[in-house]
Amino acid sequence: MAHGEVKHDYHLVNPSPWPFTASVGALIAAIGAVVLMRGLSTNEADFFFGKGHWTLFALGMGIIILTCIGWWSDVIKESRQGDHTPVVDIGLRYGMILFIASEVMFFVAWFWAFFELAIYHGHRADWVVPTWDPETAAAWANWPPPHVETFDPFHLPLINTLILLLSGTTVTWAHHALQQGDRKGARLGLILTVLLGVIFSYVQFAVEYPEAGFAFGNQGDVTNATVYGASFFMATGFHGFHVVIGTIFLFVCLLRLMAGQFTPQKHFGLEAAAWYWHFVDVVWLFLFTFVYVMPYLTMQN
Amino acid sequence: MTHEAAHAADHHDDHRPSLWSWKRWVYSTNHKDIGTMYLIFAIFAGLIGGALSGLIRWELAEPGVGVLTQLPWIADVDAAKHYYNSIVTYHGLIMIFFMVMPAMIGGFGNWFVPLMIGAPDMAFPRMNNISFWLLPASFTLAVISMIVPGNGAYPGFGGGWTLYAPLSTSPTHHSGSSMDLLILSLHIAGASSILGAVNFITTIFNMRAPGMTMHRMPLFAWSVLVTAWLLVLSLPVLAGALTMLLTDRNFGTQFFQAAGGGDPVMYQHLFWFFGHPEVYILILPGFGMISQIVSTFSKKPVFGYLGMAYAMVAIGVIGFLVWAHHMYTVGMGLDLEAYFIAATMVIAVPTGIKIFSWIATMWGGSITFKVPMLWAMGFIFLFTVGGVTGVVLANSGIDTALHDTYYVVAHFHYVLSLGAVFAIFAGFYYWIPKMSGYRYNGFLGGLHFWVMFIGVNIVFFPQHFLGLQGMPRRYIDYPEAFTYWNHISSIGYVITAVGVLIFLITVAEMFIARRKAGANPWGEGATTLEWTLSSPPPFHQFNELPVIKPDSHH
Repeated sequence: MAHGEVKHDYHLVNPSPWPFTASVGALIAAIGAVVLMRGLSTNEADFFFGKGHWTLFALGMGIIILTCIGWWSDVIKESRQGDHTPVVDIGLRYGMILFIASEVMFFVAWFWAFFELAIYHGHRADWVVPTWDPETAAAWANWPPPHVETFDPFHLPLINTLILLLSGTTVTWAHHALQQGDRKGARLGLILTVLLGVIFSYVQFAVEYPEAGFAFGNQGDVTNATVYGASFFMATGFHGFHVVIGTIFLFVCLLRLMAGQFTPQKHFGLEAAAWYWHFVDVVWLFLFTFVYVMPYLTMQN
Repeated sequence: MTHEAAHAADHHDDHRPSLWSWKRWVYSTNHKDIGTMYLIFAIFAGLIGGALSGLIRWELAEPGVGVLTQLPWIADVDAAKHYYNSIVTYHGLIMIFFMVMPAMIGGFGNWFVPLMIGAPDMAFPRMNNISFWLLPASFTLAVISMIVPGNGAYPGFGGGWTLYAPLSTSPTHHSGSSMDLLILSLHIAGASSILGAVNFITTIFNMRAPGMTMHRMPLFAWSVLVTAWLLVLSLPVLAGALTMLLTDRNFGTQFFQAAGGGDPVMYQHLFWFFGHPEVYILILPGFGMISQIVSTFSKKPVFGYLGMAYAMVAIGVIGFLVWAHHMYTVGMGLDLEAYFIAATMVIAVPTGIKIFSWIATMWGGSITFKVPMLWAMGFIFLFTVGGVTGVVLANSGIDTALHDTYYVVAHFHYVLSLGAVFAIFAGFYYWIPKMSGYRYNGFLGGLHFWVMFIGVNIVFFPQHFLGLQGMPRRYIDYPEAFTYWNHISSIGYVITAVGVLIFLITVAEMFIARRKAGANPWGEGATTLEWTLSSPPPFHQFNELPVIKPDSHH
């Protein structure tokens, strides 16, 4: 193949330090996380490896966050200098959709756990094993387990559902306004979306969670079987975490919009953020239906 | 097409950077350089994983515990038991996550998917590099996990590569930080693979050269496409299961603890929902490579091209629906077992399509027995043996007796270390002239094949007998009745190790002798696009995209 002038529209990216720095950050953060949880040194006062020390975790996360800023700044720069040709743009769309598909499968794991515990608890309880202890049988006999007071779904959770659905409309408003060249409307729509995202997170983490009638872990107390709490908090907590990520994503888009980086024709960053936001929205609808409403209705019966 | 004139001149020149410039590798955005790093990493990890299996066979060569206890840091038989289990665990994890996957998908996939579809690079060249560099990070965590406290004072995790709860969650089994490091290691390896998979799917969907329709795409590209889908859809479920292990261990959740209302069997379901697609992830790229090689050295297009492509799609889809055949003995109920038996047997149909189509490709072909073809034919034979024992094990009635015996060990080593690994060597000998630009010594390559073929069969064929006689896996010791075949199996390991040595010598000899390979060392049978390029290909190929005509071979 002849060397020479590039005659295609693909984007051959320049060499970049970010993949390597991200990996170093991930390694340090992972070691730091284990130090936090368990410690890697028998000396608990050890600044780097003693149990509960944040040093390495903070260092690793810092490197990762700086890498994110550097990497995505480069992407924005490349976009602005015209590297994102139509064919590259399609590639970015594929990439974002596939990323969201993998995220969906991550939530499948949490729903799987929730459904298996909710549906098959009786099956296990009836399944007589000679060495069964009575506490286990009791823990498995009911769903939600004894001593668990579930949320009333038609209270705060319903409000949060409406907040998220509303934010889904405001982000669509922002997108359509941008396409029409109405920058002011786009800005207003995005500001409202970000605000609604923040309100959702506030209501969930600061108002709802402290009111929970069940614990996250059971702290060794078998009679208070909180596997319900575990599956509830992990599923809704990971969702909440994704809301925070989506809010940050939309906030960055807002800044980019105000910096004039989006045109009515070309604004894939905003579209990707909107896709992500809708994904978070749909996950919430499943959570609301099956994690909030379903156990509540079963308890009513 | 206007922008590149402005800034192409300074960035994307075809001048190949020096081999010794560290930035070329650490900062790389070049699919061929990243593929090379993957291959070197895989060889390195494979040697470590292979050394661990050497310890296993050495210990099992004679009944009684006598080899591991001779190591200075292993004090007594109790310690040796844990070390043995830990060696088995890390052997499995290293071979799967750090040898086969990086070699097949990261190495050959990165090198040849863009070349075969006529693309200048991968869709996301920078993300490609993080897929690679996360692996050394992940591997480092796994190695640290081997040496920090795991089971009490004993280092490492010894619960097997499946990380089953409660062995992986209960403080009485593994209270140390080893398991936590291993969890995070697999999280990072999973992130690496997901990013790589997203990259491959996007590349294949979006960057095929003009005229390269999906139905004209070489089967290796098809195989990587299916594999990438399996990765995207299965690995996040493993990430969820691993996160549950982590919170069970550290934050008081009880997902897998019966006393708290959880269920250890749920871990097995979540794990195998990932784990079964994973075994197809390990073998599908091998299918693709074997198709290219058999076609090349039979000087015929692949028999039943479309059937071959959609057989892989079918294997991928059904692969998601059979996971519980790994867990027949947990007491899931007969109806469920009946379903999983039937679904599992169905997979033999597309797999049979592949085997018979390879044979039909050779039928009436003008076959040359070059080194890659030897490996490919070895693959077809050995993979068929492993596949047939797989059909045996698919039956829950038989599996109830054979579960966790050496029969299972023999089965999955026939499909993996004799299937996947033979495919990797086939691909290596097929493409190394293209990648390095040099020809290897054909005699050494052939010798490598025959020594390895004899060696691995001596290792693993007797394990069928041991399993049928009831020898369980994952034990450091066995009754004297099992001595004979264990001894034979260990002798096979020595022969295999000699084979690996010949491999390293072959590679070293090739780089010392530097015989030029030329663009296409395999002649008219090699019809895919990579053979139209120089060997090694230019640093950036296809600056002018190739155009594929309807009558091109696959």
